[in-house]
Amino acid sequence: MTFQTMVGQLAGGFLTTLAIFVLTLLGSLPLGLAVYFGRRSRLAPLRGLVKVYISVMRGTPLMLQLMVVYYAPNLMFGMRPLSRFAATIVAFVVNYAAYFAEIYRGGIESIPVGQYEAAEVLGYTKGQTFFHVILPQMVKRVLPSVTNEVITLVKDTSLASVIAVVEMFTLASRIAVAPHSPGMVTFAVAAVFYYVFNYVVAFAMERAEKALSYYQ
Amino acid sequence: MNVLTITGAQKSFAELGVLKDISLSVDEGEVVSVIGPSGSGKSTLLRCATFLETLDRGEIAYMGKKAAHSGPDGKSVYEKDLSPFRRCFGLVFQQFNLFPHRSVLQNVTDAPVRVQKRPRAEAEEEARKLLGKLGLADKADAYPCQLSGGQQQRASIARALAMKPELLFFDEPTSALDPELTGEVLRVIRRLAEEKMTMVIVTHEMDFARAVSDRVIFMDGGVIVEQGAPDDVLVNPTQERTRQFLKSYQS
Repeated sequence: MTFQTMVGQLAGGFLTTLAIFVLTLLGSLPLGLAVYFGRRSRLAPLRGLVKVYISVMRGTPLMLQLMVVYYAPNLMFGMRPLSRFAATIVAFVVNYAAYFAEIYRGGIESIPVGQYEAAEVLGYTKGQTFFHVILPQMVKRVLPSVTNEVITLVKDTSLASVIAVVEMFTLASRIAVAPHSPGMVTFAVAAVFYYVFNYVVAFAMERAEKALSYYQ
Repeated sequence: MNVLTITGAQKSFAELGVLKDISLSVDEGEVVSVIGPSGSGKSTLLRCATFLETLDRGEIAYMGKKAAHSGPDGKSVYEKDLSPFRRCFGLVFQQFNLFPHRSVLQNVTDAPVRVQKRPRAEAEEEARKLLGKLGLADKADAYPCQLSGGQQQRASIARALAMKPELLFFDEPTSALDPELTGEVLRVIRRLAEEKMTMVIVTHEMDFARAVSDRVIFMDGGVIVEQGAPDDVLVNPTQERTRQFLKSYQS
């Protein structure tokens, strides 16, 4: 296998990596908000449940969670398993939502109570207060922490190899051990892919932070 | 016409009585200043009147309609929907509490458009007039963080006025300001007084209270110790506690 072929195959795998990345963010960023609402719900059982969920998501390896989502429904209940790719998205979304919920909570709790009071006196409903006063300020406050998570996510996509999703890392592992392949160089090239991707992500997030720096 | 009537207001925080049987009524066009040492309950009174805190006992009525009445067990019972009562008043905070992510103009127009459902164009036109009146015409597109404290407080007064309240509350409006900035805010409030805006002002500015008020209320220990015309309360108080308090201010 030539170097070019290897790079071409990795690039193909990178499309799957990119899909995991994008779909995870599309699912977990809003789901995190829902989890946050559950975390501070008036219903004590819901609150307790969400706390346990967050605790488990943060307290066990994502690799293990991937295996549970893919294998457990079939092994335990005889259900037809999700496709490998779908199981990956479910596991990633559910895991990252837990982290995002906690980040949102930190951001929301740091907003001065005077903002709520000003909105209340002006007659805003609870929903208007949240979406027009609190949420925009929260986004600015959590952006640096969200950037951290997003960068971690780029690298975490490689964990999908544990259930044999053919993303870039899985491909790199297969190519590296195949006969007449460029061998370990494959991993170096994969590393460059991850690094460049994260460089772009960090740049985009920095731009977003700048765009929100018009106020303090 | 009575704009605000508070009867028998009582409020405790963790067993600590902060308001002990306060009654107060404010007439249309009247300017009432509330003075007193910190911890006297004057801010709590304002927060209860604006529904940021709830009374334990007592009644609150705006424009003759009761927002809170005494229930059968003597405890205050609030109306389910307080929004018609919130329309009656505005509150200017000590810390301004402008929305930092919105421009001055947006701060002033957002509630009229979103809460009162007024057409945006009309709200903006009125907001620009208000800002002009408060000396902020050139700051409409600025963000709060770009303004001085005095300008921020004037913007927050504009935000409150944009809702066309019957009554405007001020909670120590100059206490967060540098001394050289208090004048511009006090001048704005004085001008509103001349226009017969009904106002209740919690303040530590004694000279200002004397100049602007129709009535001064001195509170201490959760009760109204003395009230009356500014000269009576601030110059010739009848109560010893009032005298002590005023003396501590002069020295």
